[in-house]
This record gives sequence, structure tokens and C-alpha cells, in this order.
Amino acid sequence: MAVKAAAIIENLRNEEQEKLKSTFVEKGIDLDLDIGNLLASDSNPFDINSFRSGKDAFLKSLARDNAQVLFNEIWKLPVERIQDSVIAKLPSPETTLPREKPIPKLRPPTKWEEYAKLKGIKNRKKGRMVWDDASKSWKPRWGYQRAKDDTKEWVLEVPKNADPNEDQFAKKMKEKKERVAKNELHRLRNIARRSGKKVPGVGATMTAGNGKNPTPTELESTFHLAKKSTASLGRFEGLLKNEKPQKNRGKKRKFQPLMTSEKDQQLKILGQMYKKAPQVNVEKAAKREIRQSQSGNVKAKKGGKKGGKSKVSKRKEKR
Amino acid sequence: MRPLTEEETKILFEKLAKYIGENIKLLIDRPDGTYCFRLHKERVYYVAEDIMRRAANVCRENLISFGVCFGKFTKTRKFRLHITALDYLAPYAKFKIWVKPSAEQSFLYGNHVMKSGLGRITDNTPKYQGVVVYSMADVPLGFGVAAKSTSECRKTDPMSIISFHQADVGEYLRNEDSLT
Repeated sequence: MAVKAAAIIENLRNEEQEKLKSTFVEKGIDLDLDIGNLLASDSNPFDINSFRSGKDAFLKSLARDNAQVLFNEIWKLPVERIQDSVIAKLPSPETTLPREKPIPKLRPPTKWEEYAKLKGIKNRKKGRMVWDDASKSWKPRWGYQRAKDDTKEWVLEVPKNADPNEDQFAKKMKEKKERVAKNELHRLRNIARRSGKKVPGVGATMTAGNGKNPTPTELESTFHLAKKSTASLGRFEGLLKNEKPQKNRGKKRKFQPLMTSEKDQQLKILGQMYKKAPQVNVEKAAKREIRQSQSGNVKAKKGGKKGGKSKVSKRKEKR
Repeated sequence: MRPLTEEETKILFEKLAKYIGENIKLLIDRPDGTYCFRLHKERVYYVAEDIMRRAANVCRENLISFGVCFGKFTKTRKFRLHITALDYLAPYAKFKIWVKPSAEQSFLYGNHVMKSGLGRITDNTPKYQGVVVYSMADVPLGFGVAAKSTSECRKTDPMSIISFHQADVGEYLRNEDSLT
């Protein structure tokens, strides 16, 4: 009986000592721990009284305790030592964090993809290599050293109703080039469709199958663009019948650089202003005229023959 | 900020010539340094070149003013003189009107000059000539346009308008927020 009691006391003492250890933290409600994110969230009620009595000390001790809980948990993980540093392998994080960027949008289907879906056409995978009977070996389906390479043929049959002088090799090359160009055009058109904007370069929008008919203004601007697209920038293009002159050609703003001395130019403008219209003060001139004629009259009265003759006296003489 | 185009220069000079005639030359060709006209936010500034060079470092949105604002171009590309130009135009003014002390306040509130308020007028002022309005103590008060020639002034009744109001120094208070 005594032995049992001693053992119980020993146990209790051990527990007490365990609690007294600096790493032990007592919490009413256990913390929510997310070790992967090194995150601990404390849902215990806030002790407002001790907070008011000493803000800094309270917050410090709270933070210390919670960090201690987190570290205790980390120390329970398997730990290894690499070059004097202890490393614990964290589990994967539990809390899902929101994305930084929006989810990327799906690329809208191309015209062909739409059509294939409508018709139920499935894209079946074909193997890259095919058996070439001629060389008795496996060769790529397309590309360099392909099987059944039709560009390497040394002779071509002239079709029955074709011009015998036509170069079949050149024709074949041209057809191939046109197919490539068409494909490229379709690719560009798909990009344009995707962007939803008007495609720069008026020529590109004028192709058939754009969905909409071109507006008269679009047609006109395309026409003028086409007219200008010659080696001489349309300088020698004649006027068509009923052709209207281009509206809104857009005058380019062109200003002088900021740091210029435009004194000479301004003086020139001033000179032109005064040369253009000699300033006549009509009133002043009229007054002078009146004064002169008055003084003339006076002189005529005084000097007789010598003085300037007035109009009246001249008329009298004529008579 | 940019230099005026040839067209704008012409419009500006034609307006200035109404007040100072060929004395514009003295504004452009100054012995004490290079001065130039610069357009900024549709306003024309008359500015010394070194100040203009410094102002060029300020970005367009932040630049409020530099040098002296002479006026602004309206949307119909006419030039309108601002009162801030008075200090530069008054010394070169060709035609002047002096107003009596009793009529000074009325003019400074933006009213036209009546015959009753007319103190003196330059001889041979033609009709519709741009004039600088002075107080009897020879303090420039603003700009106007002569509504009557000097000879017509002598005959008219005291309530007829002699000079149409264009700008006056009262605008420094009235239009404080829009003057630059």
C-alpha cells in the first residue's frame, strides 16, 4: 500500500516537473496547427484584463507561447542533421492559399476545331514512323527523309488534258507554296478571331469569310491603301471613274523641337505682317489732309501766284 | 510644352500688335537675354530661355506655369489675352486710356469704360484699337478696345461706352483659380 502511494506521488511529481519545463505551454483550447505552412492559429478567448494591464508584455508572452507550441510540434517530426544544422522535413501544407493570378482562360477553339466537333471528327493518333516498301525500312511519316517523298521524284506524268509544255515540277512547287500560304492565313485569322479586335492592316480584314461584309468606309480605305501600295507610293496611279478623293487623310502633327531659337523666324513673320498691310491711320491721314488744304488756302490767299493753287481756283482758270 | 507653330505665332502677333504695334520686336529681340514663347496646355507663356530649359524637366501633367502667361488659344484657335500679360505690354502700349479715380473701381469690377469715367485718351486713337487702360496716377489697370475714336469721344454723351473691357487687374482676385 505504501509502495503504491509512493509510486503515485512519484508520478505526480514527474508530471509537475514536466509542466514546469520551459517548453511546456498550457492552453485552454489546443491551437490549430498547419506545420506545412508553419502556421499556428490561436482560438482561445482573449484575456482583456491582462492585456490592459500591460499590452507589450502580454502580447510578447502570448506570441512566445504560441511559437513554442509550434516549435514543439516541429521537434516531434523526424529530424536529421546536415552539416551542423538540424533539418526537419515538413509535411505538405493543409491550408489552401488563394491563387495569386486568375485562372488562365481556355484558348477558344479554332474554326477547324469547331467544325470537327460539329461533324464528330476525332483526331486519331498516327504513328510517327511508317514502313517504306521501296527502301525496306521504317521512315518518318513526314519531314526529312520521309517515306514516299513526292518531292524527290525525277519524273512526273503530264495529265491527259494539260498543256504539254507546262512545267509540272514548277506547278507542283507552286501548289505546295499556296497550300502553306493558305494555312498561314487561316492561322492568322484564327488569332484575329481569338483577339476579338479588328486586325491591323486593312488588307487582312477584307478577305472573304470574315463573317461580316465590309462597310463602305472600310472598302474605301482599303481601296486607297491598295492604290498607294506601289513602288512609287501611288504617285502615277490614274484616277478611276467616279473615284472620290480620300477624306481624312490625317495631317501629321509636326512641331519644332523644344530647345530652338525661333527668334529669326518670328522676326520674319513680323516683317511679313507689316509688309503685307501698310498700317494707315485713316483719321490721322484725314486730319493731315485737312490741315494741309487749310494751310494751302491760307498761302494762296497770302502769296497769290506763288502758293499752291486750290482746286476751286484751278477750275476757275480753266474756264 | 512646345514652340508655337507658324500659324499660332501669326495669330499671337496679330493680337499683340493691336496693343503694342511693331514693339513686339522689343519683346522678341531683347538685349538682356533670350526670351521665347512656349505653348503649354493651350496657354502661351513668355519665358526666359534658361527658365524654359528648367521647366522642360517637369512632366506635362505637373507643370502649372512658367514665365508669364500671355493668354490662351480658344478652341476656335483665337488668341485671348490674359491680364498677366499687362506688365509686359503696358510699357510698349501705343494707345492709352486714362480713367478717372471715380470710374476706376467700376472698371476693376469688369465693366466697360464710360465717357463719364474717361480722364484722358491718346490722340488719334482709331476706332476698335486695342488700348491699355491706366489710372490717372499712371498705374496700368487692364486692356480694352476703343469703342470710339478720339474725335468721336469728344461729341458723345457721358453714358456711352468709350472702351470695351477686355481684361483688368481685378481678375487677379476674381479669376484667381484659373489664372496661371
